[in-house]
Parts: sequence; C-alpha cells; structure tokens
Amino acid sequence: MGNVFRIGARNLLRYKRRTALTVALIAVGVVFYLVFSAVSGSFKNMMVGNITDSFLGHLQVHRRGYLAAIENLPLHLNMQPGQTKKLEEALLSTEGIEAFSPRLKFGAAFSNFEETTNIRVNGVDPGKEFRTCPLLLSRIVSGSKDPGVLGRGSILVPVLIARGMGVKVGDTVVLVATNRDGSVNGKTFVVAGILESATGPGGRDGYVHIEDAREILRITGEEASEYAVRVARFDRIDAVRDRLEANLSDLKTKDGSPALMANTWQKLSPFSNIARMIDALSFFIRILLITVVLISILSVMIMAVYERVREIGTIAAIGTLPRRILSLFLAEGLLLGVTGAAAGSLVGAAVIAILNAAKIPFAFGQQDNLLLAPVIDGPEMLTTAALVIVVAVVASLQPAWKASRMEPIEALGHV
Amino acid sequence: MRLVSAENLSKTYLLGEVEVRALREVSFSIEEGSLVSFVGPSGSGKTTLLNLIGCLDRPSGGTISVAGENPAAMSRMEKARFRGDNIGFIFQNFNLIPVLTVYENVEYPLVMVQSVAAAERRRRVGELLDAVGMTEHRDKRPDQLSGGQKQRAAIARALVAGPKLVLADEPTANLDHATAATIMSAMRDMTARLGTTFVFSTHDPRVIGEADVVHTLEDGALVASRKGGE
Ligand SMILES: Nc1ncnc2c1ncn2[C@@H]1O[C@H](COP(=O)(O)OP(=O)(O)OP(=O)(O)O)[C@@H](O)[C@H]1O
Ligand SMILES: [Mg+2]
Repeated sequence: MGNVFRIGARNLLRYKRRTALTVALIAVGVVFYLVFSAVSGSFKNMMVGNITDSFLGHLQVHRRGYLAAIENLPLHLNMQPGQTKKLEEALLSTEGIEAFSPRLKFGAAFSNFEETTNIRVNGVDPGKEFRTCPLLLSRIVSGSKDPGVLGRGSILVPVLIARGMGVKVGDTVVLVATNRDGSVNGKTFVVAGILESATGPGGRDGYVHIEDAREILRITGEEASEYAVRVARFDRIDAVRDRLEANLSDLKTKDGSPALMANTWQKLSPFSNIARMIDALSFFIRILLITVVLISILSVMIMAVYERVREIGTIAAIGTLPRRILSLFLAEGLLLGVTGAAAGSLVGAAVIAILNAAKIPFAFGQQDNLLLAPVIDGPEMLTTAALVIVVAVVASLQPAWKASRMEPIEALGHV
Repeated sequence: MRLVSAENLSKTYLLGEVEVRALREVSFSIEEGSLVSFVGPSGSGKTTLLNLIGCLDRPSGGTISVAGENPAAMSRMEKARFRGDNIGFIFQNFNLIPVLTVYENVEYPLVMVQSVAAAERRRRVGELLDAVGMTEHRDKRPDQLSGGQKQRAAIARALVAGPKLVLADEPTANLDHATAATIMSAMRDMTARLGTTFVFSTHDPRVIGEADVVHTLEDGALVASRKGGE
C-alpha cells in the first residue's frame, strides 16, 4: 500500500506545475467555502441573536389560534390563569430553559393630549422580560438603561411613535384600550425611555408593566397573551421546544388537541427566511466546491492516464493486477484531494483568523457597532475536507478504471 | 522438458475489410533452459508470435501451451497472474518506469506483482544489479541512463522474480553493436546461470549467432529452424 502511494506521489511530482495548479484550485475552493460559511454564519448568528435577544425571545408559547390572529392582538385568545399556572410549572420543569417572561399584549390608542395614534403594547414583568430578552435594555436610546426603568406607571415608547408624536422622556401620555367586554379604559403613563426600533415586527411595540396592563384591561387573574422563553443553548432550541410541548401535552382544548403551542423564532420571524437563504447559499457554494474538485481532478486524471498508456501497458504486461493499477491511480486522486483539502483548510483557517483580528464592523438594523466574528467549527472543517477527499477519489474512479481495463498489448503499442 | 509448444498457430488481424495474416499455422516447441531466437524481415510476424507466447494476445487459430498451461483457457486476471509468476519481459524501448530509480524499477515486480519480504527483496535486487553491472547506478532515474544501461536495468527487472521464461522483442534494436553484444552476453550468462529459458526476436545478424536455436519467419510462416552454429 505504501508503495502505491509512493509511486502516486512521484507521478504527481513529475508534473509539478500541473499538480500545483490542481491543488491550488481545490484549495481555493475550500478556502472560499470555509470563509463564506464562517462569515455568513457569523452574520446569521448575529442577526438571529439580535432579533431573539432584543424582542422576540428564542421560543414563544401561545394559546392555539393566537398566532394566526396576532395582528389583532385578540384578548379573547389569551391564556387563562389556569393555563398560565400550568405553563409556568411546565417551563420550570423543562430542562434547558434559562428564563421566560409572560406578556400581556394589546392594541391601544396612544395620545399626547393633542394627537392620537395606534400602539401595540406589551405588558411585561420587567425583571423577567429583561432576562429573557437581554438586548431590550440596550435598545433604549433616550432614558435610563437601568433594569429599574420600567416601574409601575412608566412606558417605553418606540422611536417611531415618539418621533411622530413629538414625545420625549419625562412626558405624560395616555393609553386608551378596549377591554374584552367592549368597554373602554384609559391610564396615564410617564415616558421612561425611547426604544430604537428593532428590525422586524417589533417596530411599533411599546412596553409597560404587566400590572398596569391588567389595570387598563381590567384583568384580575394571571392572564397572558404569550410567554417568551430563553433557552440555555441556542443550538438545542428544537429539543427544548419538543420537551416543553411534551410537558404541556395534558393541557387540551375541548376537541382534544393541545391548548398551548410552543414555537421557535424561525416560525415567528420573517428573518428565518433570510437565515434559510444564507444556508441555501452556503449549500450552493458547497455544490460549486464539489464541482470544482470533481472537474479538476477528473481532467487531471484523464490526462494522467492518457499520457501514461505505455507505462500502464508495461506494468500490466509484467503482471500487475488490474486492481493494483486501479489503486495506483486512485492513490493519485486521493493525494491530490488530501493535499488540496489540507492546504485549503489551513489557508481558510488563517483567513478567518485574520478577519477576526481585523475586527471588521458592520451594521444590522439600528446597530452599527457589530463586529464581524466569523467562526468555523472543527467538525464543519473536517466534513468539508472529507467531502473534498471523497469527491477527489470518486472523480479518479473513472480514469483509474479505464487504466485498469487496458489491454497490455494495445497499451504497449500506443506511442 | 518442453516449456512452450505451439501447434498450427495462426493470427489474423482485421484491418477494416482487409484480413492481414500475421501468422500462418506456425508449429514449434521451445525446450527449457534454451536460448531461442526468431528472426525475419520486418512484418514477418515476430512481435505477433512473441505476444502469443507471452500470453498477451489470443491466437486466431491453433493452440499454444506455456509452462504446461493453456492461456486460451485463462481469464484476464489469471493471465496477469500467470505472466507475473512465469514470464519476464524485456522491451525494445526498455519501458522502465520513469518515476522510479533503477533500484526501484528492478524491485517493482517483487513489490507490485508479487509480495516478497523486504530482506529477500534487498538480497535479490542487489544480486541482479550486481550481475548486470548496474550497482553504481542504482539510485539514478531512467532518464539519467544510457540506452545500454537502461536495457541492463530492464534485464534485471525481467529476471528478478525468477521467471521460467524471458521474452525480449528486439532487445538490442535501440543499441549500438558493441553495447548490443555486451547485452547479449550478459543475457546469455544470466540465463545460463539461472536456467532461464530465453526467447528473443531480432533482425540483427550479429546477435542471431548467440542463440541455441534460430527460427526464421517469413510473411507469417516458419520457413526454417536450425540449431545455433550450424
Ligand atoms: N494490431 C494490428 N492490427 C493489424 N495488423 C497488425 C497488427 N499488428 C501487426 N499487424 C500486422 O501483422 C504483420 C506482422 O506484424 P509484426 O509486428 O508481428 O511483425 P514483426 O516481424 O514484429 O515486424 P518488425 O520487425 O517490423 O517489428 C504485419 O503485416 C503487421 O502489419
Ligand atoms: Mg516487431
């Protein structure tokens, strides 16, 4: 076996420039893929982290049917006190949950005593909410960023509305909402902070204390429209959702289907489409990489076989078995693949390290101070290298097979 | 002991519509340990015949047996094994493997065709390089050698696995006469020493005399056979 590789290596070194070119082509493909995957992955993670941490949460639990009607913030589809009690028990007993926050959501009229506009209000428990969406506080552009900012009687106003209505921190405003029975109720609030808009459907969301929300809506029990949930490990999010749904399975509607639904951020944000697109692009580049490796190795090996017909005839005549001849050429393809994959991985890792060291800033949403932090994990690198090597061997199969099937007498006559 | 016997051996090539009769019902036998040459003008069928003896080609008619075996009954792979075990080849153009050194070329059949243990390999390759006078060039690549040196390396490669039969198609055609003569006497020595049967083709009158038996081919037919020196 060692001899097969030794001969393969010598044959590759025979055409140094061609071999170097092929290895370089494969390596460039690998570098391109690794860097793209790392950069897009970093961008994706940052984007997703931004959305989930600033308003969405990782998971959300709603009563069945609420999500479909969420544009109207339907109060009659809120989870009832009995359900929220059970839900909190389930949340506490489900493994992998770091924090959760009940939200009472409603649409209201927002007035500065001169003009009125619509606002979506989230009644939250500030402590729980800031733990579930740790970036929420950092979205406060004007006013205190202290977790105590959202006391009773305070409101965080989205910048969109604050600007439109000319409202500043310290101003008094009125929220008027229609409660479930159709009667109208109002309450004054002091503006405690202005929220910069998060990207996505959080742009018109204001925040008040959940007790104030209950007061306006004249709700007495522990009712909630949704629970936002933060998981301990983002990559285990689906498993946590499944466990949570299992723990909730005894909460049934009258027709026997589960009463509460847990959904991950993908289901809740249109940005999951962008995330999916990034993944698709990454997949496409992987296909491109495979094609590059396939074509470059195939052409080099076809050429190698063609140039060496007489040599193949010679070794076949003196009794080298076809499978040995096959392995000689496969070894060459394998060596090309291994060298290209190794070189590409090294250079790719170096480029990624340089990108990290360069601390390249980019903007997403309102945040323009994000740093590009491309990372590529070991397994990803190894699978890419393994893929390249496998493709290299597969590409050599046809030429190697052709070499092994040559009739020695015809091959010897070939000049 | 007969090593090769051929009976009404024919080979016909089809060139489009035209039939080329390269061999016409040739019968002969080759004794073990003898030095046999086939001579004849260009196109008389020497290469065709050597290819049949070497189990590289199939006859169109007649039968041939080599070392008691019938190559016509063997599969591709069995023939490859049979050649590796029984036949050494020396080619007109030497056909050394260009990426391997002289030593590695001679070692090749012991590694890639048979699997001989390292120590035994070293011994046999060393011995043969010595015998053909190539020890001092053992680490050179073929392109660093003269024609005569290449052919001596090729002889060592053909003999290293201890074949019963060595076939050489015009082994001296690309060599000058002086070199051709030393190559032929080297071959003579080696085969005599190892008891190897040696069959070669040539149209060089100066090397014909080296053979024990000379068969003359003309237009695909065997027209004369005589003992050497007659
Ligand atoms: N593959 C082939 N296809 C068709 N005809 C062939 C083929 N090989 C040999 N021939 C023909 O068979 C005849 C014998 O050829 P062969 O090569 O055996 O002669 P030779 O005695 O070795 O000649 P030379 O001394 O030139 O090598 C010639 O007429 C040749 O043209
Ligand atoms: Mg010939």
